[in-house]
Amino acid sequence: MSHTPSRRGLLFGTAAVSAGALLTACTSNEPSSKDDSKGDAAPAADETGKAVTIGFAGPQADHGWLNAINVQARQRAKKYKDVTLDITEGSNDTATQIGQIDTLINKKVDVLVILPADGKALTQAGLKAMRAGIPVVNLDRVFANPQAYRCYVGGDNYGMGLNAGHYIGEKLKDTKNAKVIELSGPDSLELTKQRSKGFDDALKNYTNIKKVARQAADFTVESGQQKMAQLLQAQKSFDALWNHDDDQGVGALRAVDQAGRDGFLMVGGAGARSAMDHIKADDAVLKATVLYPPTMAASAIDLARALGQGKGLAGLSESEIPTSLTLYSAVVDKTNIDQYMPSGFK
Amino acid sequence: MTQPASPAQQGGSDAGPVLAPHQTSASTKPGTPKGAGQSKLFRPDVRTLSLVGVLAALIVVGGITKPDQFLAVTNLQLVLTQSSVIGVVTVGVTFVIIAGGIDLSVGAIVALASVWATTVATQEYGFVGILLTSLLVGLGCGLVNGVLIAYGGLVPFIATLAMLASARGLALQITDGQTQIVTVNSVLDLGQRDSYILGIPPLVLVFAAVVIVGWLVLNRTTFGRRSIAVGGNAEAARLAGIDVRRQRLYLYLLSGLCCGIAAFLLVVLAGSGQNTNGNLYELDAIAAAIIGGTLLIGGRGTIVGSVLGVLIFTTITNIFALNNLQSDVQQIAKGAIIVAAVLVQRRTARQ
Repeated sequence: MSHTPSRRGLLFGTAAVSAGALLTACTSNEPSSKDDSKGDAAPAADETGKAVTIGFAGPQADHGWLNAINVQARQRAKKYKDVTLDITEGSNDTATQIGQIDTLINKKVDVLVILPADGKALTQAGLKAMRAGIPVVNLDRVFANPQAYRCYVGGDNYGMGLNAGHYIGEKLKDTKNAKVIELSGPDSLELTKQRSKGFDDALKNYTNIKKVARQAADFTVESGQQKMAQLLQAQKSFDALWNHDDDQGVGALRAVDQAGRDGFLMVGGAGARSAMDHIKADDAVLKATVLYPPTMAASAIDLARALGQGKGLAGLSESEIPTSLTLYSAVVDKTNIDQYMPSGFK
Repeated sequence: MTQPASPAQQGGSDAGPVLAPHQTSASTKPGTPKGAGQSKLFRPDVRTLSLVGVLAALIVVGGITKPDQFLAVTNLQLVLTQSSVIGVVTVGVTFVIIAGGIDLSVGAIVALASVWATTVATQEYGFVGILLTSLLVGLGCGLVNGVLIAYGGLVPFIATLAMLASARGLALQITDGQTQIVTVNSVLDLGQRDSYILGIPPLVLVFAAVVIVGWLVLNRTTFGRRSIAVGGNAEAARLAGIDVRRQRLYLYLLSGLCCGIAAFLLVVLAGSGQNTNGNLYELDAIAAAIIGGTLLIGGRGTIVGSVLGVLIFTTITNIFALNNLQSDVQQIAKGAIIVAAVLVQRRTARQ
């Protein structure tokens, strides 16, 4: 389940380690010790405390990763006897989501966890909740104004690109004139730009490698198949591919299979179960995936509960929870697959 | 719905070869069709030829910018394969639009049919299970659309919009947001290179078959003539003895069936079912039909034109990808080409 107890597998020290990453268990990118074997016990768990109602507003779970976010939040909330979770129906429409947050504010929930469909667009809704005295845990897509949330927890898109780039760079460092291609997510999303930027920055460390092509897919299997088929047609030979998302990767792998292509290394993104299965079985060009852990939803519930009960986090010598924490995008390959397999989402 | 004679129609020749004897005044076009049409299998008209010209120009562009890659046989196979799924959908949509209707639910029906066909339970029945489920779900959605529109009196726009929302919702519910991976090898094999027949992918053969059947139905059957008549002037068609309601029901069933076929092709192609399948197909299919010369108000349209519309779109996307253009540039250029194609068409048609 969820909790990746430690993030050994720290392949590259250069990785962007953002604020709050020192937090034990849920975010540490250092080997946070083997004695962190509380297993599923949540960091702020300890004894049952004051009853807390947590409101949760997120986008429509039309995608494997977003679905995993909901599952993680629900499962974690269930673990606490003192937590009641009030989840609104997901929507990708800004106006609808604002309305749902308003409803939760009116219901006077103790803490709000918000994963906005669009962080910038939902800033006002976050501000409104904070002004109403309800602390907000902003999940994954950050609000434009720090006043709109008490605590941010999310993934590291730039770091995802960076780690994918370094992994590929290390694998290809002895290859002369190595060619790399990129199958990105939708260009309309901020996170896609950050992922690509991280990837490009990492590749700059390897002068023998050149990125020869980049096409954007839509985070869907269909678009992954379509765009990859065209990339394969355009590039008669290349050495590595980074695909931003494992869902569209299902389609990309299908296209690779249909074209009968081989002889290159593919790195995925997000950490879907299907990708991990391929990595473990070593039966495809996909050799690694860079995590963007949906377990952050469980962490958000922990933080929200701690906020509601006015506690700090176990293992952190503070009496308050941090303002911001960014999860580490570990690279999962054959060497550490068993450790991460349980967090693979369907 | 009466059809005003638009300027574009003046003197425009139409690929619909004949007008049914009972199809009278209101839908008769000012420009008399040249020749009876029955004698030749395919009577080229100016609009269609101008589309062929656009496609040829694109092929020249592709050939010049990326000669080795664009003109390769594998690329030709790719372009045709990528046209198959949306192409089959477009054939169905063309019928609906010719008859004066609209179907906004095609993308959602493709999504629903594909995820239903790839549930674990359905996959247990193998190839036949997946195929039949795709077709039946497509037909079922088409039936609901048809009944609501023909007998429920709902405007096609509203009825199919409602279907769009509910079919997507149901697709999401069935998958729970998860991608369903197909494990039935006989289905997967159909999308593989070794299944090509004389170098033609099976998907393309299905597409071709749908096009030929669609062309024959529209141009050589009473059903086709009635569809055009209903789109030209429903009231006149009714007075001429056509059961307009039943005709409309059949048309949405046909569109649903095409979605079912497309869903199966998509499952073969992508090897999975996902609720995001068929995203924006409704717009792509309508755009292709319009580019192909189908009038949005009904009464005129050709299958060949629609297919050319689809091929033009896919070829553009292919050339962009081969030249490594980014998606923003692709979208702008795609919009420009839509406008250009329609303008060229109008101009040539007027002459």
